[in-house]
Amino acid sequence: MESIAKLLQAIPKYDALPELLQFLIPIVTSCVIIFALMALCVLFMVWLERKVSAHIQDRLGPMVVGGWHGWAQTLADALKLLLKEDIVPASVDKILFKMAPFIVFLGAFAAYVVLPFGASSFVTDLNIGILYIVAVSSLSVIGIIMAGWASNNKYSLYGSMRAAAQVISYEIPAALSIMAVVISVGSLSMVEIVKAQDGSFLNWFIFKNPFIFLAFIIYFIASLAEVNRTPFDLPEAESELIAGYHTEYSGMRFAFFFLAEYANMLLVASVATTLFLGGWTLPIPLLSEIIPGPIIFLVKALLLIFIQMWMRWSLPRLRVDQLMYVNWKVLMPASFVLILGAGWMAIR
Amino acid sequence: MEVDYSGDIMTLNMGPQHPSTHGVLRLVLKTDGEIVADAVPHIGYLHRCFEKHVEDVDYAGVIPFTDRMDYCAAMNMEQGYVLAVEKLMGIEVNDRVRYLRIIMAELSRIASHLIAAGTYGNDIGSFTPFLWCFRDREKILDFFEETCGARLLYNYHWVGGLMYDIKPGMEQKIVEFIDYFEPQVDNLNRLLSDNYIFIQRTANVGIMSPETAISYGVTGPNLRGSGVQFDVRKDEPYLGYEELEFEVPVGKGEHGPVGSCWDRYMVRIREVKESCKIIRQAVPRLTPGDVRENVPKRVKPPAGEVYMRTEAPRGELGYYIVSDGSLKPYRLKVKSPCFTVMSAFREVSRGAMIADIISILGSFDIVLGEIDR
Repeated sequence: MESIAKLLQAIPKYDALPELLQFLIPIVTSCVIIFALMALCVLFMVWLERKVSAHIQDRLGPMVVGGWHGWAQTLADALKLLLKEDIVPASVDKILFKMAPFIVFLGAFAAYVVLPFGASSFVTDLNIGILYIVAVSSLSVIGIIMAGWASNNKYSLYGSMRAAAQVISYEIPAALSIMAVVISVGSLSMVEIVKAQDGSFLNWFIFKNPFIFLAFIIYFIASLAEVNRTPFDLPEAESELIAGYHTEYSGMRFAFFFLAEYANMLLVASVATTLFLGGWTLPIPLLSEIIPGPIIFLVKALLLIFIQMWMRWSLPRLRVDQLMYVNWKVLMPASFVLILGAGWMAIR
Repeated sequence: MEVDYSGDIMTLNMGPQHPSTHGVLRLVLKTDGEIVADAVPHIGYLHRCFEKHVEDVDYAGVIPFTDRMDYCAAMNMEQGYVLAVEKLMGIEVNDRVRYLRIIMAELSRIASHLIAAGTYGNDIGSFTPFLWCFRDREKILDFFEETCGARLLYNYHWVGGLMYDIKPGMEQKIVEFIDYFEPQVDNLNRLLSDNYIFIQRTANVGIMSPETAISYGVTGPNLRGSGVQFDVRKDEPYLGYEELEFEVPVGKGEHGPVGSCWDRYMVRIREVKESCKIIRQAVPRLTPGDVRENVPKRVKPPAGEVYMRTEAPRGELGYYIVSDGSLKPYRLKVKSPCFTVMSAFREVSRGAMIADIISILGSFDIVLGEIDR
């Protein structure tokens, strides 16, 4: 954001603007940039998901729109969703119903503020960055519950209750596995965490010590549950709950749920990249100078997203009690062990 | 099963428009959170007065209506009816017709079980098996299309014969398909049947004891899933199934008790392999002949009644025909396998969770077109 502010200084007579505007313009600009980047990534991810699923399922997926392998298919779909009639069913709680998608989206969007895409490409480097992400991303649960409650539909209610129980439960092992990294670095700042991994592949936390490797596995599993991906996609279990909490949504509001879902996927993949896979760093001397940091970062994140998709199209779905079993009886004890282990490795 | 219900009971209306009720079934669930205290199936949304309707249609005209009962296995549906009328009229068909009927019935059984397995995967939350199964089913439908022009509702069996002979060279193609298809079943097992999550979701769920199954009159893969070895093809052979060698797979309870959803599912997968075996044996036995050789000029059975049962993919399919010697059946009653298994649904699903309801329903593999008729 500082660099944006500096760029803006170059505009003639920028200083003459009121102070409030001078304060707001960089914020709005960086929001727009982040939103555009996110929307672009999401569009690409949706296309990728359709392609990956298609090839796993022995078909081709979108091939027509836009020419080359249907690259514009998601663009067309997004446009269609945005142009559709905004249907608000008669018996819903109108205020909550209309607000819910944006709150869900806000939870995902706000977390992007501290993601360090490159050595200097981030909006801000909070000293409590990772804590901020954990806190903000759980905002979306409130939106999900609002959507489920306001829809006046029993399936939506089931979906949102499942989502709430699931996301809140799985946040604990996810946060604990993040703590393992924080203990090693001694800082909550995302930039500091990446800088601690610079230098060689062995500095990446995933390879640094076995406990943090375990933390990576736990974080990956827990993050799947947090973003409602298979095998933890119970809140929107199509075969049971039709579409879960967004059953009643259509058009643009549905698009926002969809956007938030994929933005969350990218978010957890980005967090995993930052914490465990060395963020924007690439310890190959020549390449790291040629390829810009954000590209390296996104490639790593997309690799994790690909694994998420791969799992989604191969695995069935767990049942509610099994989901809770995995969390409280497997992941939780394991994450306690790894915290102790990582702490021991750090003070050793 | 006794369940302790703590909270208030909420009624959840599942269907008739719901992605996994396999048609237009409506379930009224009494739920306490995720646990279902009672699941009452309501049927009849697809009722087309089949049995009354055909009383005003001549015998040959009934065949297209039978197609529309179990539309996933239309070949078997019309075969059962045709065999019943032939039994009533005392028509003997030649060997070519017999073996062609067996081949068609078994191909149709494979196609039907592929739908069952694929949609079951979908019910459990895995979408890929669905498309894998449909990919292979398409190839079977291609055979049917090549033979009689239709892909879903064939009207292929005639009283006393078949509509058309198969195209020259198709025997070879069918064997090639079986060669290709058998490894695909193992692929499906690797993807779905042996998947840990899938086993966790289906074994130990929806246990139907052999006693329950028999007392409700359950037949077909659902009965065999409970460990009862009963198959009309073996126990009361028709069309010459007794000349062919095949096993009748039953649920063994590899994972959890016998009669679980996994057992019922797995019986179908194993049956597909047995069907492949049957087709392999039947194809070389195809002797040249005229498939319309024994087709009567007019289907006018003598007065009397007949009950003919065949093994359709979903169980024992019985046709009871009363003839008054006219051109139209006086009464036609169908014993539907899906209907009987649906009657056991309430007992089997008691105390299950919502996700289990879907799992149980999927493992029964019902087709509403046949339940409602």
